Amino acid sequence: MKYLKSLLLVCFILFPLSAHSADADYGYPIPGSHEATILGTPADLIPPFPAQTNTSQLVLEVIPGRIRPAVFYYDEGLRITFAYQTKPAPLIFLIAGAGAGDRSAKNMTMMKAFHQAGFHVISLPSPSNANFIISASQSSVPGDLTEDAADLYRVMDVVWKRVAGDIEVTSFHLCGYSLGATQAAFVAKLDDERRLFNFRRVLMINPSVNLYNSVTRIEELMQQISGGSRNQGNFFNKILSKFSQFYRYGNYVAINDDFLYAIYSERLFSRKETAGLIGLTYRINLAGMIFASDVMTNSGYVVAKNRVLNYTDPLFDYFLVSCNLSFFDYINEYLYPYFRTQRPGLTKQAFIDSLSLRSIEKYLKSSTKFGVMTNENDFIVTRAELDYLRELFGERTRIYPRGGHLGNLEYKENLTYMVDFFKESL
Amino acid sequence: MNCSRFRSGVTIVALALLLGGCATTGLNGQAEVPPMHSIEEFRGQRFAEVADPWEGFNRSMYRFNYTIDKHLLIPVVNGYEFVTPTFLQERISGFFSNLGEIRNFTNSLFQLKGMESVTTLGRFVTNSTVGLGGMFDPAAGFGMKRHNQDFGRTLGYWGVDSGPYLVLPFFGPSSLRDAGGLVVDNAVRYGIYSAVDPFAASGNSFAIAAGISTLEVIDERHKQSFRYHESGYPFEYYFVRFLVHEKREIESGRHDPSE
Repeated sequence: MKYLKSLLLVCFILFPLSAHSADADYGYPIPGSHEATILGTPADLIPPFPAQTNTSQLVLEVIPGRIRPAVFYYDEGLRITFAYQTKPAPLIFLIAGAGAGDRSAKNMTMMKAFHQAGFHVISLPSPSNANFIISASQSSVPGDLTEDAADLYRVMDVVWKRVAGDIEVTSFHLCGYSLGATQAAFVAKLDDERRLFNFRRVLMINPSVNLYNSVTRIEELMQQISGGSRNQGNFFNKILSKFSQFYRYGNYVAINDDFLYAIYSERLFSRKETAGLIGLTYRINLAGMIFASDVMTNSGYVVAKNRVLNYTDPLFDYFLVSCNLSFFDYINEYLYPYFRTQRPGLTKQAFIDSLSLRSIEKYLKSSTKFGVMTNENDFIVTRAELDYLRELFGERTRIYPRGGHLGNLEYKENLTYMVDFFKESL
Repeated sequence: MNCSRFRSGVTIVALALLLGGCATTGLNGQAEVPPMHSIEEFRGQRFAEVADPWEGFNRSMYRFNYTIDKHLLIPVVNGYEFVTPTFLQERISGFFSNLGEIRNFTNSLFQLKGMESVTTLGRFVTNSTVGLGGMFDPAAGFGMKRHNQDFGRTLGYWGVDSGPYLVLPFFGPSSLRDAGGLVVDNAVRYGIYSAVDPFAASGNSFAIAAGISTLEVIDERHKQSFRYHESGYPFEYYFVRFLVHEKREIESGRHDPSE
């Protein structure tokens, strides 16, 4: 079903502006933030990798005795992907971004790049991915950086025990993108207390400085939909109609790269529409997280409390309901109330403040193991937050002039930078 | 046949169903409590919907395919990829793609698309000869683009609606119309195959055909990177349903949500 991927791409395709920017040395071609985020890296600018690497997918029982509802029949444990060397080598743990699984395209590209450069690599799903919520999260309520870090650390411990007999590791490293980057900082802090791995280097790629602020940015994208986020259904149908008409009148042979490029070069979608598309993608992602968490905790948020769902039960209404909930709804109605019962006296502001790198800045400043790679036009951070990153990490901060949020992650120059970041510590 | 006993049996079943319907008890026998947010709040905001009256059956088939994939097809494909050099894998894919041109050709004829039929026939002849039985694709170099066609699309072209969504065992997501198309395409293919009977001289016609068909199934799965439930996304079924449906609608040139 290669076409699924193509169609997904079509769903998130935008308009062009041929690249010309002040930073002439940097070859990533897509100047706009939204376009770069949606299009990613053109295939011919991703370096080639060997067709076969030594990889395997492991399914782990992280929390013994965990009961999984029938509706998640396909979830048999936490899935992680492991690429190994046959000789002693350093190992990198990769943490995926919001909602992404262990086989997310971005993690897979990084895995290949690191593996080619001689590292063992273990790719982990994001704590906000349904698989993680069901099989590896102690509370099954994702969103708190400290608890998510503890869950991730437990997973790393379990994986390491599983593979320690098969490989030889010379040193441990950590890398994450987007939400996974912010979590990596908290995992590293925990490791400095528990000292299981003694991470030598930690790379944060397009991190969020403060989750609440980033979520606010994303919700602002949703607000650019005409009629606001409440109108997302009509918006979605309009977008769909636009590109099916474009296909019909354009005499294309298939939904393929030619067609995608035409959508891009003909500027089929407006700036507001691209913003809305990104916002909607996040909402669709969030919907999976909300549903999985609600079923696991039996909280009665979108599914009736005490309802038992079977694997043939229709879930579409839950999908629609969850897609209509914003990140603010999730935080105000679900996440914060949960943590208030866990930590009596926790105010809303104190909770929001805890979802930030600033809450551990003393630690981050004191350590030299961190590096940051991000972009000038990443919409999940403000200019002030970029300055804050520069202040925190000094010359170990690499900010590219364009790439949006993660759009240039698979670009060859960026991959080289990542590999070198870890290599120079060896 | 004892009619009254049958009738009382029915009554008991009906009663049981009724009672079961009254008391909505759930987890550990506790009563259900309505959720904080329900669909009533969001009427008029539906999107990505596809007609799916047989959802229960379809979801069972989705699960069946997941299981078959996991325990049979994917392990076989993994083994195939492990022992076969990449170069050879590509030649095998090319060979079967070229056979598929027969289906593309017959269906572009059915749709009375003259130029497309000529191009497809040209591709088939060129790649079967110069391209060594389809193992290579020199026709693309001559500017002859591949046009994928099948009988489902032919039906769509002549105005037949896709009908309800249908997940077929083994073949995966489809629709009532496309499932019918699949039957026709295979019948046409079998007819041509029987007429030509390429292995008649070998005396082992059946065994060879069976071997080739098996390889084709493996190649087909090898070419598709999709894995059931790999995304882990709880609504994956709907995601796949929507994408498959929409792709078929768009490519058969029928769909326009605004109409």
